[in-house]
Amino acid sequence: MIRFLLKGLIRDRSRSLSPVLIVAAGAFLCVFLYGWIKGAMDDLISSTARFDTGHVKIMTRAYNNLSDQMPNDLALLGVGKLMDDLRASEKGITWMPRIRFGGLLDIPDEKGETREQAPVAGLAVDLLGPDSPEPEILNLKNALVRGKLFQKAGDILISEAFAHRLGVKIGETATLIGSTMNGGLAMHNFTVAGTVRFGIAALDRGAVIADIEDVRFALDMADGAGEIVGYSKEMHYDNNAMTALTKQFNKRFEQDKDEFAPIMLSLVDQYGLREYLDLANTFGAIIVTIFVMAMSIVLWNSGLMNGLRRYGEIGVRLALGEPKGTIYRRMILESIITGFIGSLLGTLAGLAITYYLQYVGIDFGNLMQKSTILMSNVIRTRVTGWSYVIGFIPGLGASVIGTMFAGIGIYRRQTSQLFKELEA
Amino acid sequence: MILVKTRNLLKCYPMGLRKLTALKDINLEFQRGEFCGLIGPSGSGKTTLLNIIGSLDVPSQGSVTVLDKKIEELSHVEAARLRRNHIGFIFQTYNLLLLYTAYENVEFPLLLIEMPEAKRKKKVMDALDWLGIADKADSRPAQLSGGESQRVAVARAIVKLPQLVLADEPTANLDAENSFNILEMMVKLNREINTTFIFATHDEKVIRYLRRKIHLVDGQVVKDEIVNQERGNPCRH
Repeated sequence: MIRFLLKGLIRDRSRSLSPVLIVAAGAFLCVFLYGWIKGAMDDLISSTARFDTGHVKIMTRAYNNLSDQMPNDLALLGVGKLMDDLRASEKGITWMPRIRFGGLLDIPDEKGETREQAPVAGLAVDLLGPDSPEPEILNLKNALVRGKLFQKAGDILISEAFAHRLGVKIGETATLIGSTMNGGLAMHNFTVAGTVRFGIAALDRGAVIADIEDVRFALDMADGAGEIVGYSKEMHYDNNAMTALTKQFNKRFEQDKDEFAPIMLSLVDQYGLREYLDLANTFGAIIVTIFVMAMSIVLWNSGLMNGLRRYGEIGVRLALGEPKGTIYRRMILESIITGFIGSLLGTLAGLAITYYLQYVGIDFGNLMQKSTILMSNVIRTRVTGWSYVIGFIPGLGASVIGTMFAGIGIYRRQTSQLFKELEA
Repeated sequence: MILVKTRNLLKCYPMGLRKLTALKDINLEFQRGEFCGLIGPSGSGKTTLLNIIGSLDVPSQGSVTVLDKKIEELSHVEAARLRRNHIGFIFQTYNLLLLYTAYENVEFPLLLIEMPEAKRKKKVMDALDWLGIADKADSRPAQLSGGESQRVAVARAIVKLPQLVLADEPTANLDAENSFNILEMMVKLNREINTTFIFATHDEKVIRYLRRKIHLVDGQVVKDEIVNQERGNPCRH
């Protein structure tokens, strides 16, 4: 009997191929949209963490209060010892000192006179240390456009767009004019080693990357750092773990009233990211839920129509003596088969394109030229555990429920009424 | 042996706030082996009575007994079992399952009674052969003519050798030649395997074959006559 019914299912494309294709399309869209929203959210977190907040960040309390002004006069001192303590106590975290600095970048001509000059935002990181993970965290190798990465002390990397604007060439000198930690005038010559493009509009407009020892020297910040950032070894932000770490660290300095005492913040504690991420997560969840529900309604309706369309056939089967319950169960079995196959195909297709775009991404650089958000121009999707199941909610669930509702008509109608519909 | 018995049968349908009486005070008995018909104009209640006898519908009042089963007391499952095992249906519009071949359409009632495959195959081919459409076994309904389709429908109705065949306007969509052939086969079936046939019809071609004519007007039996006629070919007389 099952073989007999499967024959009918396979022969009737409107009952097999069409539902499978509709379900597959719905499941595909759900998987892809979920992956897209998840990817965009994670990308924002990842970019922000890599270039700014870390998974956790340690600053002085005073620096934290004015952190958007990069107040290096309020920076941490005794960083070497603090780093040793952190590395000893928190082995699962990679710790790195950083200095953010601002000033003017002056490009002199052959006579030493200013040829071009522009305000600059700089980031000093450990680039020359033998085991420094910073080049990898900042993805410098892939970001390099021209020239070379750091070779020696005094080298500097400059964003490609900024280099173009200043007309600076590889190997030329660039002078940083700023203020020291103590408020004095700082002037330091760097050599442009290469140009980089991070694919993040906020950085590509006018950023420089320098080695932290050079900047410490230039800004008179011996054994100092504006901030110490920490990353989990897996480079995956785990909010619960980082919140626990933050609480534990801050408890040690609870009694210390000094404004230069260190304070640790997790990623979501900075720049109002908690609220932003909560909001974005909520919106993301709402969008995905609405979409999943919309697809569910479409597929439910498809299941319903498919069931209603078959009242005639059902009338014949009833007349020939097939019990209502058997017909109902077989209709549901059919919708489970088509729903499962469709969901599986849609999920596989969705996962394939989501995986592909997780690595390749889509470049929205032209739309983000004035963006100040630390978000990659290339938005990538992300596959999570949910990606494997989310397509089955509308694909399998809704189409089966639709068929179940359509099938209720079998019970509610008199058999003869189904028959009249058949004859009509 | 009484196969079907109706007692004070009443059937009403709700129509807005009123009730439409489709059948009223029907008291009939059908013996095994009868070849009879419910005759009357459209709306006289023929199909309604046929549906109730076939356990596709239930009486509003009164009682209908088919093969010792009271239709009004049967559950869905019991009604389905009665139809599956003992009743064959033939319809005006054939009502074949369009996705299946003639063979598969005829096979379907046997699948429902879970007949073993080898026996099933023989029965289906015998039925098709008996109706002269064995060569159309692999054809789908869309590839069959009206006459061929109705033969498949008859084969489907009789393949399980039911005790009762209910035929609702079986020749309405057929030309004279095909009507004649189909009716001849039904007569032959009735004679050879003693199957009871109850027709709902107002087709003169069918009426000529009937040995009992039950006239319905406005849901009531107005005449129940036994016709003594030689079986044969009334159309050609």
